[in-house]
Amino acid sequence: MPGKLKAKIVAGRHLPVMDRASDLTDAFVEVKFGNTTFKTDVCPKSLNPQWNSEWFKFEVDDEDLQDEPLQITVLDHDTYSANDAIGKVYIDIDPLLCNEAASVISGWFPIYDTIHGIRGEINVLVKVELFNDLNRFRQSSCGVKFFCTTAIPRCYRVAMVHGFVEELVVNEDPEYQWIDRIRTPRASNEARQRLISLMSGELQRKIGLKVLEMGGNAVVGYLQCFDLEGESGLVVRAIGTGCTLDKVSFGSAPNTNTHVHPSTAPASNACNSPSKDGKEPVFAEDLPSFSGPPTPFRVLPTSSSSPPPFSPSKPCSRQSSSSDTDLSLTPKTGMGSAGKEAGPLKTLLRQQTQTALEQREFPFFTLTSFPPGFLVHVGGVVSARSVKLLDRIHNPDEPETRDAWWEEIRQEIKSHAKALGCHAVVGYSERTSICEEVCILSASGTAAILNPRYMREGCLDTGNTEPRFDEPSPPSCGFCHIPYDELNMPFPAQLTYCYGCRRQKVPDVLFTTIDMPSEAAVTGKGCLIQARLCRLKKKAQGEVNATAISNLLPFMEYELHTQLMNKLKLRSMNALFGLHIQISVGENMLLGLASATGVYLTALPAPGGVQIAGKTPGDMSNEHHILTIQKRINDTIAKNKELYQINPPELTEEVVGSPIPEPRQRSRLFRSHSESSDELSELDLSHGKKDAFVLEIDDTDAVEDIHSLLTDASPPSGFYSCNTEIMPGIFNWTSGVQMFTSVRVFRLSNANLTNQGLNKIFTDLCENLLKSFYFKLRSMIPCCLCHLNFTVAVPEEELIQVAVTAVAMTFDKEQILEKPGDKIITKGCIEGEEQLQFSMELCADSSGISTQQLSKISGVPESTNVSPRAASVDYGSFADRCSTWLELIRLKAHTIRRGSIKTISSLERSSPLPEGRSRSLRSNRSFGGSSVTVVKMTPLSFLPGTRIIKYLGIINMFFIRETTSLREEGGVSGFLHTFIAEVFAMVRAHVAALGGNAVVSYSMKECMLMENPNKNQAQCLINVSGDAVICVIETDQEPIHTAVGPRQTCSSGADGTT
Amino acid sequence: MQGVNRARGEPGLESGCHYDALDKMAVELDVFVGNTTIMDEEVYQLWLDGHTVNDAVKVRMEGGVLEECEASADVLMSDTMDQYRTFQMCERLLHSPTKLANQLLFQIPPHRQAILIERYYAFDDVFVREVLGKKLSKGTKKDLDDVSAKTGVTLKSCRRQFDNFKRVFKVVEELKGRLVENIRQHFLLSDKLSRDYAAIVFFANNRFETGKRKLMFLTFQDFAFCGGQLINNWTVGAVDNMVEDMDVDLDKEFLQELKELKILIADKDLLDQHKSLVCTALRGKTKAFNEMEANFKNLSRGLVNIAAKLTNTKDVRDFFIDLVEKFIEPCRSDRWTAADMRLYLTHYTNSAHILDTFKHQLVWDRYMGVIKSCIFKMYHD
Repeated sequence: MPGKLKAKIVAGRHLPVMDRASDLTDAFVEVKFGNTTFKTDVCPKSLNPQWNSEWFKFEVDDEDLQDEPLQITVLDHDTYSANDAIGKVYIDIDPLLCNEAASVISGWFPIYDTIHGIRGEINVLVKVELFNDLNRFRQSSCGVKFFCTTAIPRCYRVAMVHGFVEELVVNEDPEYQWIDRIRTPRASNEARQRLISLMSGELQRKIGLKVLEMGGNAVVGYLQCFDLEGESGLVVRAIGTGCTLDKVSFGSAPNTNTHVHPSTAPASNACNSPSKDGKEPVFAEDLPSFSGPPTPFRVLPTSSSSPPPFSPSKPCSRQSSSSDTDLSLTPKTGMGSAGKEAGPLKTLLRQQTQTALEQREFPFFTLTSFPPGFLVHVGGVVSARSVKLLDRIHNPDEPETRDAWWEEIRQEIKSHAKALGCHAVVGYSERTSICEEVCILSASGTAAILNPRYMREGCLDTGNTEPRFDEPSPPSCGFCHIPYDELNMPFPAQLTYCYGCRRQKVPDVLFTTIDMPSEAAVTGKGCLIQARLCRLKKKAQGEVNATAISNLLPFMEYELHTQLMNKLKLRSMNALFGLHIQISVGENMLLGLASATGVYLTALPAPGGVQIAGKTPGDMSNEHHILTIQKRINDTIAKNKELYQINPPELTEEVVGSPIPEPRQRSRLFRSHSESSDELSELDLSHGKKDAFVLEIDDTDAVEDIHSLLTDASPPSGFYSCNTEIMPGIFNWTSGVQMFTSVRVFRLSNANLTNQGLNKIFTDLCENLLKSFYFKLRSMIPCCLCHLNFTVAVPEEELIQVAVTAVAMTFDKEQILEKPGDKIITKGCIEGEEQLQFSMELCADSSGISTQQLSKISGVPESTNVSPRAASVDYGSFADRCSTWLELIRLKAHTIRRGSIKTISSLERSSPLPEGRSRSLRSNRSFGGSSVTVVKMTPLSFLPGTRIIKYLGIINMFFIRETTSLREEGGVSGFLHTFIAEVFAMVRAHVAALGGNAVVSYSMKECMLMENPNKNQAQCLINVSGDAVICVIETDQEPIHTAVGPRQTCSSGADGTT
Repeated sequence: MQGVNRARGEPGLESGCHYDALDKMAVELDVFVGNTTIMDEEVYQLWLDGHTVNDAVKVRMEGGVLEECEASADVLMSDTMDQYRTFQMCERLLHSPTKLANQLLFQIPPHRQAILIERYYAFDDVFVREVLGKKLSKGTKKDLDDVSAKTGVTLKSCRRQFDNFKRVFKVVEELKGRLVENIRQHFLLSDKLSRDYAAIVFFANNRFETGKRKLMFLTFQDFAFCGGQLINNWTVGAVDNMVEDMDVDLDKEFLQELKELKILIADKDLLDQHKSLVCTALRGKTKAFNEMEANFKNLSRGLVNIAAKLTNTKDVRDFFIDLVEKFIEPCRSDRWTAADMRLYLTHYTNSAHILDTFKHQLVWDRYMGVIKSCIFKMYHD
C-alpha cells in the first residue's frame, strides 16, 4: 500500500439555483478516486454551503495515484427524483507525488459542467502520504519531475541530458462507442474528459519509467498531444527530453562555463541519402514522406516519379568524393587557433559524443534553448511528413501501427540530420493533422552538433575532465559555423568565412526551430516572419485522397520556403529561429503556415537584395512595371532596415566575406549534383546562387506573389513581434505581461475560389489578427508580442480556423538599443569601425579580392592555403586586428557578466524558501483585499522581473464544452469566449491551489470547435498545458540576459497587465 | 450556465447587430481572451450608454483612435464586439458587485473592478430627474421609452439605470444600519455615489413629488442634497441607529411633535413678537427689508403649516412643492438675493429661541436645520 490520498471538502460558494421553487440548492459532494466513492452530508437550502467534511481517505497504489485524477462531483439532493449533478472538478494528484513540488492542494476550484460551464466554486483540501516503496520492479514512476518548459528550468542545473523519450497510448474514443447512442451528451463528454485524463496520467507514468531506466530524474520539454482519430481511436502521445537535474542549492550557481568545441565534420559516417529516393508510395503503410529540407531549400518529392532535384545519395556518399574528404578535413582541424594540441582531443571528444549519441535510437532533444556551450554547431532545419490512412490500421486498439509510423518519421529525421553532418536534432517536435480518415504526421527539428560534456556520465561533476584550450569559435558565432563538409554540401549554399571569428565557414542563411542562443550576436532587432499558403484539392476518399495530398505536400513546402526566404530578404535578415511549419488538411484544401522569427546574425553575411527579372524583355510596359516593382522592393528593404535597426558594418563584410564565395567553384559543385535533373533547375532559385535574389515575373501568378510579399504590414511603431521566447535585440523587459488567446474562423463564400484568392484570404486573416492584437494591446506600448503561436485548421469544408496564443510584454524604451553589458563594447566597436573606414576601404580594393578568388577558383587545396593567407592579409589590415581585439574584450565582458550572476544569484538563493513564498503571497494579497490569488500566465519559460523559486508540477488539462443553446449564449463567439475564459479560470485556480502564482510555458495544444448553428449547437475541446510555479519579484538589478530596470515592480503588473 | 443566460437577458438588441457585422466580414467567429481581462474604458462607456456595436464603432472612429494606432475599421469592429461581449459576460457579476471580487472567471485588477462597478452604477442626472420619487415598479419601467425619448438617453441605458435603482432599493430596504453605509458595503460604491443612491432610495420610498413643472428648475443634486438632509435629521436613524428601516422612513414621533410648532402662527402674540425680533435684527442689513417685513407673517405661516401637515403621507409627498410654493416663490417674486435668504432664515430660526412662551426649541431646531439648508440649496434659478 504505497500511498494514502486524503481529501476534505470544505465549502462551496456561488452555487447555481437548482430548486426553482425556493431559489436555493441542497448540495452535497461525491469524492471519487479509482473505484472508491465518499459522500458528504447534504447542506440544505444554501447557495454557499459549508460542508467541513471529515478527511476522506483512499489507500491506493502509487501507480493509480499517477494515472487517476481525483474526481469531485457536486450534486443537488432531490428527495423524489434522481439527484441532479451541478458539476465536477478533476484534480490531478501528480504534483503531490514529487517531494520537490507541491505538498498540499488547497483552494477554490470552479465547478465545471460540460453543458453549463462554470457553476460556482468549491473549496477542497488534498494531501498525499507516500510510503517507502519496497518493490523494485514497480510500475510507477513517482518522483520524476515533468516540465513543459523547453529549456533547463530556472533554479535547476542540468547534470546530464539523457535524450529523447516518447510514448503513445491508444484507446477507443467514448464518443464513438455504441453506448454513446443512448447516453446523454454530458455523460459522453465526461467519459471523454476522464479517459483523456487517465491516458495522460498513464502516459506520464510510462515516460517517467523510461526516464528512470535511463538514470534520469526529470523530463524537460514535455510535449503531449492527443489525436482524435475518430472511429479508429483516441491517441495520446508525448515526447520529451530525459534529464538529470540538480536543484540549485545555496551558493552553487548554474554552470556557466562555456566550452564550445569546434567539432569537425563527421568523417566516418556515410552520408545517408536524406530520403529513400524514388520509393513508390505504399498506402496505409508507408505513404510518401516528404522531407522538409534544411535551410536552403531542397525538394525531395519521393512520391512522384520525377527524380529528386539532385541525386542525394551518390554525390553525397563518401566513396564518390573520397579525394575531397582528406582535403577538406585536414585543413579544417588545423584551422582553429588551438591547432594541433587540440586536434586529437577534439576528435576524441567528438567520437565520444557520437558514440554516446549513437547508442540512442533517436538523438533528439525537444529543448529549444540550451545551457551555454551545449550547442556547438547548427546545420539547419530537418523535417519529415507522411500521409497515412487511419482506416487501414490493422489493430486500431493497439499502439503498434502508430508507433511504427512515428518510428519511420523519426528515422527519416535522423538520416536528414546525418546528411547535414550532424549527430543530433534539437528543437524537435511532432504534430498531426487529421481530416476524416487521412492523417498527416509531421516532425521537424534542427540538425545540430552538441557538446559531449552533457552527454557523458560523470564528467559534469568536476567540470574539469577536459583540459581547457583556447576556443577558436567564440560563443557569439560558433553555432553558425557549418557542421557539414563544405565540399560535399548536402545542398547548395553560399559559404563565407564567419563574420564573427573569420576562421570558420558559415552559410548565407540559417533556418532553425530553436530559440536564438542567448550568447549569439545579432544586429538590430528581429521580427515575426510568416509564410502562408492555401492549396485547393479535389474532394476524394481513401488512397486517391492520400495520393493527392502527398503530391501536394512537396510543392507546399517549397512555396512556403520560398516565401520565407523572400520575406527574410525583404527584411534584410539572414536567419530564422523558432521555425514552425504547420500543414493542415481539410476536405477540399490544404493550409500551410510557416512562422519564424527573422534576425540578422552578425556572424552571417548580409543578405543580397531582391531583384525582379521579367521573362519577356523588350516589352516596354512590362519593363516599366518591373522597374516600379523593383523600386517598391528596394524601398521596402530600406524601410525595414531602418525599422529593425539593421546597420551592419558593411565595409568589414567586403574585407572578410569576399574570399570565399567563388561562384565558379560553387557552380561546379552544384552541377555535379544536379546534372540529372534539368527540369528542376528552377527550384535552385531559392538557394541564393546569385548574390542578389532574383524573382522572375513570368506570369500573373508571379506578380501576385510579389504583391503578396509586399503586403505584409510591419507592426505599428512601439510594437515588435516574434514567435521565439524573447525578441532578439530587446533585453530590458519590464514586468507588464498580458497573455492572450485569440481565435478566428473565416467562412469562405461559395464562389469558385482559386488558389490565389484563397491565399489572399488566408494572408489577410493572419495579418488582420496581428493588427487586432496591436490595436488591443496599444496601451502597453512599448511592447513586444512574444511566442506568437499560430495554429491553423480546416474544421469544415468552407471554414478556416486560426488560433493564436501569445504574450505581450512591455520593455523599457530608454535602453532599447543594447544589452546593458554590451553597450560600451558595441559602441567601441562602432567607433572603431568609423575610425577605420578609410583603411578598410583600402583593403577592400577589388583587385585584392579578385586575386584571392582566382586562387581559390583554381582549385588548390583551399583552406590550408587560403586561410593562413587570408589571415595574413587580414592581419595586415589594422581593421581586423582591431576587431579581434574588440572580440576579445567582448569575450571578457561575457565572462565578467557571468561571474556577476554567480555571486548575485548565490546571495539571493540563500534567502530561505518559505520567506520567498510568503513574499509572493503577500504581493498577491496586497491588492484591495481581494480573496483571489492573481495568477500570471505566459507561454515563455520565465516572467520578466520575477525569479522562479519553485516548480510545482505540470498543468495538463483537457476540457470539453457543449451547448444546445448556441444563440442564447451569444453565438459561436460568445460560446467560445466564455469557454476560453473558463479554461483560463480553471488553470489559474489549480495553480493557486498548488500554492503557485504563475504558469510558465503555457500553451494551448488543441482548440477544436465544431458548430451547427442550424441546430443551435456547438462543441469545443481545449487542451492546455504549462508549468505551475512560484515566482518572486526580482528586487535587485541582475545583469542576466533578461536584465531589467530597477524601477519595475510586480505590483505594476497588476495594472491591467497581469 | 444559468448566469450566462441571465446575463444575456436582452439578446435581441445586441446580438442582432453583432451578426450583421460578422456577415459583412465573413468572419464566423472572432474572440480575444486575455488572462487579465482587457477592458477599454471608452468602449465601456459606450456600452453603458446603450450604443449598438455599429454606433460605438462610429463614435470611436470619429474619436480618431484609428489614426493613433494605424488600424482599420475591421479591427475596430472586431475589438468593439469583443469588448461588448466581455461586458455582457461581466454584467451579471456587476449586479452583485461583491461577487466580482471573489469570482474566478475574470482576472481583473481590483482598481479596475472598482472602476467597472462605479461606472456601471453611475447614472445620468437627466434620467434620474425623471424617475426620482416615482415608485420603482414595473409600471414605471414600462414608461421608460417615454423617458428615453424625452431625455435622449437610450432605452437600454435607461433600463440599466432603472434596474440599478431597483436593485439597490431591494437590497437596502430590509437592512438595519445606516443607509449610505449599507449601500457602500453591498455595492462597493464610492462615498459620493452611495449618498446619491441613498437619496434615490429615500425619494422612491417616500414618493416625494419632484416632477411638477414648478420643480423643474431643481436639479438632481439639489434633491440629493435635500434628501441627505432629511435622512440625516428627520429619520429614526438620525436618533437611534439600530432600528430597521430607520434611514428610509421619516421619524413618526418627530412628525407628530411638529404639530406643536403651530403655536408660532396660531398665537397672535407669539407671531408678533417673533416678527419684531426678526425685523429688529434685519433692519438696515438688507435692501429687501420692506418686503421681508411685509411678508413675514405669510412666510412664517407657510413654513409652520408645512411642518404641521407632515403627518399626512400625501403632504410628505408634496414637501418640496410646498416649500417652493409657500416660501421660495414669494421670496423670488420679491427679488431676495441668496444672501437675503440666508440672513432672513438665520434670524427667523434664532429668534424663536428668544420667545419666552415657545417651548419646542429642540423640535424647532431639528425642523428648521433641514428647512434652512434645503431652501439655501433650492434657492436658485
